[in-house]
Amino acid sequence: MCFTSNFWSLTIDGLNNGFLYALIALGYTLVYGVLQLINFAHSEVFMSGGFAGLFLTQWWLGANGSAHGAESVFVVVAGVIIGGLAGGSVAFLLERVAYRPLRRRNAPRLAFLITAIGASYFLFSLAGHLFGRDSQSVPQLYDNKQVFTVFGAGVHVYDLVVAVSAILMMLLLDRVVAHSRLGQGIRAVAQDAETASLLGVNIDRVISQTFIIGGLLGGAAGFLFGIGNSVSYTMGFVPGLKAFTAAVLGGIGNIRGAMLGGIVLGLVENWGVTCVRNSWRDVIAFGILVLILMFRPTGLLGERLGRSA
Amino acid sequence: MTATSDISRPIGLSRTRQLLTHPTVRSFTTFVALGVVAAIVTGPQGRTGDPTYSISKALQPGHLFLWIGIALAFWLVLVAWLAVRGQVRAVVAGPRQQVRTVWGISYVRWVFYIVLIVLAVLIPREFFGEYWQEVTVTSIGIYALLAIGLNVVVGFAGLLDLGYIAFYAIGAYATAYFTGTLPVQPPFTINPFFALPIAVVACMIAGFILGAPTLRLRGDYLAIVTLGFGELITILAINLDSITNGSRGAFGIPAFTIHLGPIHYEWGLDILPYYYLLLIFIVLIYWLFHRLENSRVGRAWTAVREDEVAAQACGIPPVKYKLLAFAIGASTSGFAGVLYASKNSFINPSIFTVNRSILVLVLVIFGGMGSLAGSIVGAIVVQGFFALVLKNNWFDPADIYMYVGAVLIGMMIFRPQGIIPSKRRAREIGLAERGLGSADALAAPAGSPTS
Amino acid sequence: MTADNAGARVLVDVDNITLRFGGVTSLDGVSLRQHEHEILSVIGPNGAGKTSLFNCLTGVYVPQEGSITFTAADGVAHPLVEMKPHNVTLLGIARTFQNIRLFNALTAFENVKIGVEAHQRTGPVGAMLHLPRMRREERDGDERTFELLDFVGLRARANELSASLPYGAQRRLEIARALGTSPKLLLLDEPAAGTNPAEKRDLEQLIRRINDEMGVTVLLIEHDMRLVMSVTHRVVVLNFGRVIAEGVPADVQRNPAVVEAYLGAPGEGDSDAAAG
Repeated sequence: MCFTSNFWSLTIDGLNNGFLYALIALGYTLVYGVLQLINFAHSEVFMSGGFAGLFLTQWWLGANGSAHGAESVFVVVAGVIIGGLAGGSVAFLLERVAYRPLRRRNAPRLAFLITAIGASYFLFSLAGHLFGRDSQSVPQLYDNKQVFTVFGAGVHVYDLVVAVSAILMMLLLDRVVAHSRLGQGIRAVAQDAETASLLGVNIDRVISQTFIIGGLLGGAAGFLFGIGNSVSYTMGFVPGLKAFTAAVLGGIGNIRGAMLGGIVLGLVENWGVTCVRNSWRDVIAFGILVLILMFRPTGLLGERLGRSA
Repeated sequence: MTATSDISRPIGLSRTRQLLTHPTVRSFTTFVALGVVAAIVTGPQGRTGDPTYSISKALQPGHLFLWIGIALAFWLVLVAWLAVRGQVRAVVAGPRQQVRTVWGISYVRWVFYIVLIVLAVLIPREFFGEYWQEVTVTSIGIYALLAIGLNVVVGFAGLLDLGYIAFYAIGAYATAYFTGTLPVQPPFTINPFFALPIAVVACMIAGFILGAPTLRLRGDYLAIVTLGFGELITILAINLDSITNGSRGAFGIPAFTIHLGPIHYEWGLDILPYYYLLLIFIVLIYWLFHRLENSRVGRAWTAVREDEVAAQACGIPPVKYKLLAFAIGASTSGFAGVLYASKNSFINPSIFTVNRSILVLVLVIFGGMGSLAGSIVGAIVVQGFFALVLKNNWFDPADIYMYVGAVLIGMMIFRPQGIIPSKRRAREIGLAERGLGSADALAAPAGSPTS
Repeated sequence: MTADNAGARVLVDVDNITLRFGGVTSLDGVSLRQHEHEILSVIGPNGAGKTSLFNCLTGVYVPQEGSITFTAADGVAHPLVEMKPHNVTLLGIARTFQNIRLFNALTAFENVKIGVEAHQRTGPVGAMLHLPRMRREERDGDERTFELLDFVGLRARANELSASLPYGAQRRLEIARALGTSPKLLLLDEPAAGTNPAEKRDLEQLIRRINDEMGVTVLLIEHDMRLVMSVTHRVVVLNFGRVIAEGVPADVQRNPAVVEAYLGAPGEGDSDAAAG
């Protein structure tokens, strides 16, 4: 088969992409859970994290600088945190400025979707306007050497950075959702917003916080993505669409589903791209999207939609 | 009961908080914020590698205060309007009713439309220079046609098709193919006029193929799937080199010609004949779709859009009608594609991007969802504005999508029914905001398992 | 205990329907038969499965077990399970909804017209070109719509927005719209809910007229016992998804199982009367 020759190396790359997709997908799924809205502009939240991390590392190391040893660790962690904070802020503003007024007015669902599209276009064009339209590279944050091998395929520092960051964040999220008051609030609003508010849950605050959490994860993913690829104002569109596919694949509204969906998508896409020409890479994800929506729209783990009819 | 209860003040709210949440103060701060955003948006283009350049220049006091000033000017106008709104409405009510009565007389409407058409014919010829004539055909005319077609899908049937431009591409490439300008040669070549029915049929089929498996999905999923489809067509156009000539595109597509008995006419380099042809098609299609709207089909679309379950109870098969709308929209788009390909004689994949789909959507939303007249007006206003901007270089063309996005957000927040609303749509939105109905096909279908 | 419709044709045969949602069994082995021209009422406490039964009849829910057969005048038996809702309507079964589902932004006239257009054949081509069939159907449709509005007493309000009509009028409008589809069987889901006594009396009359003058068979879900007793020929009682009694209204009223279902067993504390 076309992908068996390089299987393990493809798998490692696939996991790498998969972790990133998972982080972004969580943002989509969380927001969909509480608002039944596809936050189209989440791809720009991802992008803003990329830019924030980029600027931080450029400022700290100089555009052509590099870091080694302990400084590497510091810069990477700082970048992830700053990227996350940027994402969280953009997500927060998005909710406040674009979606809340519509919620106040009980606008029809189509309006939310259209506003989301508008926000997405506004944000990425703004980034292009403010920061230039060329793509930029993140300075070298570490020496990307091979750390160990798995069945002959090399695992590099980058793979570990992504894996560790992603797993830590997902564990943290799982903990927060399952055991904290905030998490309780999110689950309550996702199940039945009206009852939740009658029981004293502050819907507005929960929704805000949900956006922020999704934004933290998406922004962090943006920086992580930027390290291994590049940062540009259009970087959000394709990963965003693929992450949404992952969220649907796992079951929209289902947090564990988004994590699973991201990883599955990353793996399948990477295995699959060896079977077709490289320029058809994106088609694989779209193909999965269409197939899932046609044959199992509730996703692998089943969707957890918010309100009952 | 406390001895000293100050019932004049709500419990717990400090004076400062009250002040900050007062409506006028809130609108003031909102407009100041809008001014700041406008200043940032109108700043100089950023420089790669110098992230603070654009913002720091944009926030220079002169520039910043200028835009805050402009925003506050709007704010004052708004405050003034809110103050006199009631009186103005009272004064206008009488004449408004008179206008309505006059409009009710059918020959008045006919005269109005005829005058409009005459103006439409004369103005570009007499008053426009070359640039504006070109704009009228390519940017406004073609896009008006596209907007009318998309309005059937979005406005009448309530479906969000984000890959709409894909059908435009199919129509254009079909024209290129059948006139022999693609690497793959057709079994016979034709006059581009005959590409019109071919494109319509091809797009209907494509619409059915895309729609049949996807139209039963929830509205937001449909939007994403159509987005993916649009992207897919762009990828195909660029990558299927041997068929589509890849990113180089197709050249030398012949212009329309008519050789019918005694009538011989060739469209050539002169732009105005294309304009007249386009005008005829727009009027024709507008008229046909208007009839469609006020027929059994149009009512079925409205029923499906408002309440799919109730529509089914009235014997209306939702999927069939959604497919119909989709196919009609698709064929209109393909039709426009043929016109464009033949007029421009050159096409390439860069014109058929998802961004263009969104642009058409903006025209529909701005003009008014469900309002055919609105689509035309939307095309004129929005495209006209962008053409003006491009000509005078008021801002960098690459920034256009910032404004597109801002318009979408603004319209949804302030005037979701568009500038020339369809009456039904305005009613639906108003009712939805009061909790009655959901005004579109996006709400989750009901069916609660209770007795 | 049986109706005096022994000679009439069976229109709908519900045979041993079981409907489950996850762990909840909404209908458990429910069987009933409705004869042509009969007015049959389904009553029972809240949660008994009445609307679920309607939803099974109209194809909204698919029961896991059992079958439902609709036999038209030509003798052809149509299985209703798994039929799509719009096809059920086109077959001749119309319904109203517990929560009134009118097309809010349309006028009363437009609402009914949509119902009337159910069986028409005009398509997009006919509509765009104003073909003769389209024009004929428009005329006939308008005429029939006015007739139906007259029938329910809403002629004068034809051009009002349905959302702005008073509650009782909305109910009647929904019935008119359902009648527009020329049904053989009309399912009414709690038509008297939320109406005042005068409106209830009008409703009684309307139902009788639908049955007598239009010859439409009626299947009614109701809580209002007076209405049930006065118009119904036969009653079926559901509780916890099962049929617990069946027969002529007077008999069912006295049936101890029914009394217990509504009021609780003798000796139990509070009454949960849904009657009257």
